Amino acid sequence: MSLRQILGKIGLWFAVFIIVSPAILFFLWMASLSLKFEIDNASYPPVFIPEHFAWKNYADVVASNRFLTYFVNSLIVTGSATLLAMLVGVPAGYGIARMAAHKSAVVILIARITPGLSYLIPLFLMFQWLGLLGTLVPQIIIHLVVTVPIVIWIMIGYFETTPLELEEAALIDGATRWQVFRHVALPIARPGLAVAFILAVIFSWNNFVFGIVLAGRETRTLPVAVYNMISFDQLSWGPLAAAALIVTLPVLLLTVFAQRQIVAGLTAGAVKGG
Amino acid sequence: MSAVTQTTPAAETDAAPEREWRPPSYWPFVVPALVVVLAIIIFPWLFTIWMSLNEWKVGSPTIFVGLANYVRLPTDPRFVEAVGHTIVYTALSVLLPLIFGTFAAVVFHQKFAGRGFLRGVFIMPMMATPVAIALVWTMMFHPQLGVLNYLLSLVGLPPQLWVFNPITVIPSLVLVETWQWTPLVMLIVLGGLAAIPIEPYESAEIDGAGVWQMFRYITLPLITPFLFIAGMIRMIDAVKSFDIIFAITQGGPGSASETINLYLYSVAFVYYDLGYGSAIAVVFFILIIALAGVLLYLRRRTMWTEIGGGA
Repeated sequence: MSLRQILGKIGLWFAVFIIVSPAILFFLWMASLSLKFEIDNASYPPVFIPEHFAWKNYADVVASNRFLTYFVNSLIVTGSATLLAMLVGVPAGYGIARMAAHKSAVVILIARITPGLSYLIPLFLMFQWLGLLGTLVPQIIIHLVVTVPIVIWIMIGYFETTPLELEEAALIDGATRWQVFRHVALPIARPGLAVAFILAVIFSWNNFVFGIVLAGRETRTLPVAVYNMISFDQLSWGPLAAAALIVTLPVLLLTVFAQRQIVAGLTAGAVKGG
Repeated sequence: MSAVTQTTPAAETDAAPEREWRPPSYWPFVVPALVVVLAIIIFPWLFTIWMSLNEWKVGSPTIFVGLANYVRLPTDPRFVEAVGHTIVYTALSVLLPLIFGTFAAVVFHQKFAGRGFLRGVFIMPMMATPVAIALVWTMMFHPQLGVLNYLLSLVGLPPQLWVFNPITVIPSLVLVETWQWTPLVMLIVLGGLAAIPIEPYESAEIDGAGVWQMFRYITLPLITPFLFIAGMIRMIDAVKSFDIIFAITQGGPGSASETINLYLYSVAFVYYDLGYGSAIAVVFFILIIALAGVLLYLRRRTMWTEIGGGA
């Protein structure tokens, strides 16, 4: 290896280090905050690795009387919104791709660029009139605003790339379009289904703005619950950071383990105009 | 819509073999989603427009006021100020991620050990729950105990008030936004880099071009379409940024970081002035649609870039 190559290698690693360190340092600091007692969190200069780990921060968060409720709320809202979106969005993506009805995708585009708050004003009134506030139903419905466009958008892209020949052959052999979809198109599109599912789950799980307006004391999802902790326990950073980490940990794990799907979905969705 | 009634699946396959075969309609696949989209996207929009023409406050009767809510907008100093904040916030939140994201993409385009894993780590900020991140940034911005001021002191810089100073609050929030969204720009540009053939670089190397020259005269022109797209997406997202600003400053101190979206929230769900809030939502939407129009136009002009889209 020549000197120039070695220098190039060192330069590359230095660049990689510079690029990745803000993300790594941030999450390490988050973990550090969550594992420190108040004394360590309030000390200056800051302590990075404390002498005693405050595992009790996590225990406190999990044991606090409503945490389980909020966790279950998040599961129900994200689970329902994602499954419903898959149920209506996957066939829709298929139909739009096969009809080459690209104009209809503009509606999806509009949905993606509209600020979530705009939906909240009219839907908030609707839910009030229907007497649904105080249940999880409004949040499940409004999370569809996030999940349905993601699923349709990604599935359009996927079905556009799957081969038509098999489907045509099946149609000519007398299969109904539903059979073709169910037994020919769907199995081929399985990687696309995974991408749509994962992204819908993540963006629904992370959603905050719908919850702050629609959630009551009993119907908060985790992001809203964590936000509410700020105003009450402003000074106890340890449990607060622990709660934040617990909320986002499923997403972080998904990001690392399903990285390929996420990257595929984001670049497809993004480059295609969202 | 008429296509739904045109062909019924059973009749087509069994009963009428002598009729000319027609490809089946795909409308039934779209109808359920259409219903959902009508209910949760189209209907709310129409209703919002209707509400914006009324004096609509929670707890008092609604009165039709025509365009009065819209006339009020340009004379509302808080709204005008919010527009200014939004422009500054958006411009910075587009430019900085574009610059850093391009640099990161060039680096991740190289081959090195652990690239896949590190790319996963690199995109964590944009996937993580925004409120959770915002909470930790709030602690890091803390003037006395925050780690950022400690880092500044290490390099000999004076401590800052960060989000507690009206002058530095927007740059501080942009710092978070940039940290969070540089990965998206990186991914888009990386898709562009993957589509560049290797030949130009080979001949440039023979001609003795340096790394910077190759980037400036080969890479940059070829990824420009991707930079446009990334910039547009960033613009749309930055304009409507909410979670980070709301969780860290709630628009403060005072109203120093109040963007249109934050103001919209206050009007609609703090003052419950739903009519005026709807008018803000409509104007805000028109603004974003104008940006999206540019995006669509650019997308059409750069169709070929989709080669890299599935990466």
